[in-house]
Amino acid sequence: MLATLLIVFREVIEAGLIVGIVLAATKGVPRRGLFVSYGIAGGVAGACLVAAFASEIGDLFEGSGQELFNAAILLIAVGMLTWHNVWMASHGRAIAQEMRQVGQAVASGQEPLAALAIVCGVAVLREGSEVVLFLYGIAASGGTSGLGMLAGGVLGLLAGAGVSALMYLGLLTVPARYLFSFTSGLITLLAEGLAAQAAAFLQQAGYIEALTSTVWDTSWLLSDDSVLGRLLHTLIGYTDRPSGAQLVAYLLTVAIIVGLMRLQRSHGAGAARLKPVPAEPASTI
Amino acid sequence: MHSRYLLPALAASAWLAGATWVEAETAIDVTIKDHRFTPSEIHVPAGKPAVLNIKNEDATAEEFDSSALKIEKVIAGGKQGTVRLRPLDAGRYPFMGEYHAGTAQGVVVAE
Repeated sequence: MLATLLIVFREVIEAGLIVGIVLAATKGVPRRGLFVSYGIAGGVAGACLVAAFASEIGDLFEGSGQELFNAAILLIAVGMLTWHNVWMASHGRAIAQEMRQVGQAVASGQEPLAALAIVCGVAVLREGSEVVLFLYGIAASGGTSGLGMLAGGVLGLLAGAGVSALMYLGLLTVPARYLFSFTSGLITLLAEGLAAQAAAFLQQAGYIEALTSTVWDTSWLLSDDSVLGRLLHTLIGYTDRPSGAQLVAYLLTVAIIVGLMRLQRSHGAGAARLKPVPAEPASTI
Repeated sequence: MHSRYLLPALAASAWLAGATWVEAETAIDVTIKDHRFTPSEIHVPAGKPAVLNIKNEDATAEEFDSSALKIEKVIAGGKQGTVRLRPLDAGRYPFMGEYHAGTAQGVVVAE
């Protein structure tokens, strides 16, 4: 039962941390709960589908279907997180001034809430499909030990959700004026980590043949298998034995996200200057 | 091409492709049964890529998982999965079946 609890806990927490960060990043945005719920519900449904068709997906692309599928959904998440951060960068000024303006921007359909719903969806889909396969295996083997293990699974789910909720509440203690730059930073780290994971899957599938060797080995210091290693793996993309291609993917994602945010920020500032601001007295500028 | 020659031609090209495949990579068959790997100790040449053809003879899915090898691969019950190993430095690389880590344990030895 304990083993089951730990496995489910580990998978749930990986998806849960991502959902927690998304929720913190959209604090004060109307209808975000709805969108995130849609994302999670879609992710759970998708996880069941992926689990049901696991062998069919695996058989695609000469047996590399699973790896390519994982890489694709990870890269979708990276794209959506990038979109969110770039949007936030262009509206950062308004957000720092008053939270309500964010709400207005969202109401007028500018905030890519759908993007974040998709991020939650694919996070739940990826980790969830493994949980479904695992629990299905237990249920199929039956018996009283099966029941105990299912109970472990439920407890693992609750514990994972609990830790994710704690992290969300912790993020909310960050003062409002720093919250969005803080969550932008977290989302950038998250996206880099996901991009590096995608690179690992593409290597596993044999689609990236260059830079396969391990760049460093810090497994003696912090193993990927430890709880802290696993947490940092999700949050900042830590991995104890990264390949060259993973490092390249990581750094490339940083460069793209930070570059686009800078570009958007300067573009946004220029646009703001051009706009007439009658409500604001000239003396305050 | 006349259909009479098509089949032999296909067979020949498949054989050629197969021959180069064998030359390029070491292929090793691994079986999962009763949530255990056979063989549980897999020897591969160091510095060369290798392929594990893993056959899951159990009814339920298993996840071949190794942070040392950087591999996560779900193999559905009764199915076969291919795991590509990058060229490894000499050493021992443990792996496990994540869904049954109590029994499904193994190690890849690169030498």
